[in-house]
Amino acid sequence: MSASAQGPATRAEVCAAAVADAFAEDGETLASPIGLIPMLGARLARRTVNPDLVLSDGVSLFMADDPPLGSTGQEVEGWFPHPRVFDMLTFGKRHVMMGAPQLDRHGNQNLSAIGDFDRPDRQLLGTRAAPANTVNHRTSYWIPRHSPRALVERVDVVCGVGAAAARAAGSGATRFHDLHRVVTDLAVLDFTGPDGTLRVRSVHPGVGADELRAATGFALDLPDPLPRTRLPSSEELRLIREVLDPRGLREREVPAR
Amino acid sequence: MDPRPRDKQMSIDEVVAELRDGMTIGIGGWGPRRKPMALVRAILRSDLRDLTVVSWGGADVGLLARAGKMRRAVYAFVSLDSVPLEPSFQRARQSGAIPEVMELDEQMFLTGLRAAAQRVPFLPTRAGLGSDVLVHNPEIRTIRSPYPGPDGAHDDLVAMPALRLDAALVHLNRADAHGNATYLGPDPYFDDLFCLAAERSYLSVERVVPTAELSDGVPVQRMLLNRLMVSGVVETPNGAHFTACTPDYARDEVFQQLYARAARGSEEEWEAFRSRFLDGDEAAYQHAVRTWTEEQR
Repeated sequence: MSASAQGPATRAEVCAAAVADAFAEDGETLASPIGLIPMLGARLARRTVNPDLVLSDGVSLFMADDPPLGSTGQEVEGWFPHPRVFDMLTFGKRHVMMGAPQLDRHGNQNLSAIGDFDRPDRQLLGTRAAPANTVNHRTSYWIPRHSPRALVERVDVVCGVGAAAARAAGSGATRFHDLHRVVTDLAVLDFTGPDGTLRVRSVHPGVGADELRAATGFALDLPDPLPRTRLPSSEELRLIREVLDPRGLREREVPAR
Repeated sequence: MDPRPRDKQMSIDEVVAELRDGMTIGIGGWGPRRKPMALVRAILRSDLRDLTVVSWGGADVGLLARAGKMRRAVYAFVSLDSVPLEPSFQRARQSGAIPEVMELDEQMFLTGLRAAAQRVPFLPTRAGLGSDVLVHNPEIRTIRSPYPGPDGAHDDLVAMPALRLDAALVHLNRADAHGNATYLGPDPYFDDLFCLAAERSYLSVERVVPTAELSDGVPVQRMLLNRLMVSGVVETPNGAHFTACTPDYARDEVFQQLYARAARGSEEEWEAFRSRFLDGDEAAYQHAVRTWTEEQR
């Protein structure tokens, strides 16, 4: 074992293992991880707890192998062009982990614009498929900078649909609505709070209650004692460091602290 | 000689001459991939105005916004992938330069095109329920399913209105003179659907070839468009530049960065980019890009 594989887990590695946990119980499902750490975590899940996961190259192919971050896989197991993405979305055997420039207490996510929609302070990507994802299949979120700007009381534009908004829209929206997990650089959350609101499951090692409260834009109801996010196992660390991300790209998305 | 179907070859300017102010134009491809950029560039040079543009948005939407050609943008995203936020579009939105926007969910956008292609007024979809897409587009209504679900509940679904196009513009790898065409890259995107949703469809291609050559050594599944779907064919080598046209060429990442810097920069910096690359015709554009590329070596 190399010397690097023996060092303690970094924050990025804790996040990757938390992402893997989010995909652990999905069985034979298409994982659509958006972002470096989500991609690393999904590949880690396929190498450990859930070998049945289906993963794409992010362009047009299903890949049977798990290449290092920044590389392309070699073994194609399927054709997955854009029209098929939407087929799988409505088919429902899909778990997306999206980014969230804003995510609110109620589980609504905003990818569209910051400020007033008609004349935004900052135009973002657009709504993308967030509304479709959230009412069709399991959805999780990845937030690389847990801050009061990202975790807000109320999003400026509702793209991903939270539990209360889905309920208000009726059975058409709730039938397949399944918000699962939020992984940030500070904590792991889920949607089991009152009325499907965000709830803290665990904080990453080294994060205190005060730091988490200060980094969150709404009042948090924290359990006492506060659970700690688990550390990656030595086998997970070996896979991350030697196989899945030998270039250490993960440390750029979540710098060590 | 056997009678042959009619020859639909046109020039870039002849395509643009068939477009009118106020038309709804669908643009194929996806973000920075296989966009009919030669046709878009020709619209930039034209007098056309007040267009409604329906697109999986990339630099096509950005450039048309920057040139003030759009009265209305219909999109679910606008992105250049490696430059996630399309700078011209972002600037136009933040300065209120696009009078109307219809920002949709991607599945809604797709469903609207499918409704247009099927010539029905709407199609149902779950996508959009509970989201602000329905708040910002109050003309989009929901409809109660006449059929109960397994639990007996009658779902309210989004009745996505048809996104009917006056014209579609798409870019593929090869076509014959009659409008049969193949894509040779990994993804058809929705170019066939754009053509079916449109009154008239204009196809630009890297190369026009004899009909027999389209399936010569090429799997027939790659023949995405047939001539029923196509009104005009234009040969525009490198016509998707700077977007990707796999396998003929990859995205010109370096040029895309140049564009993005100019679009984010001062008015003077944008003027310099525009006058160097966009003010002349397509041949002048391709020449200017070649010259610039050689200067970077």
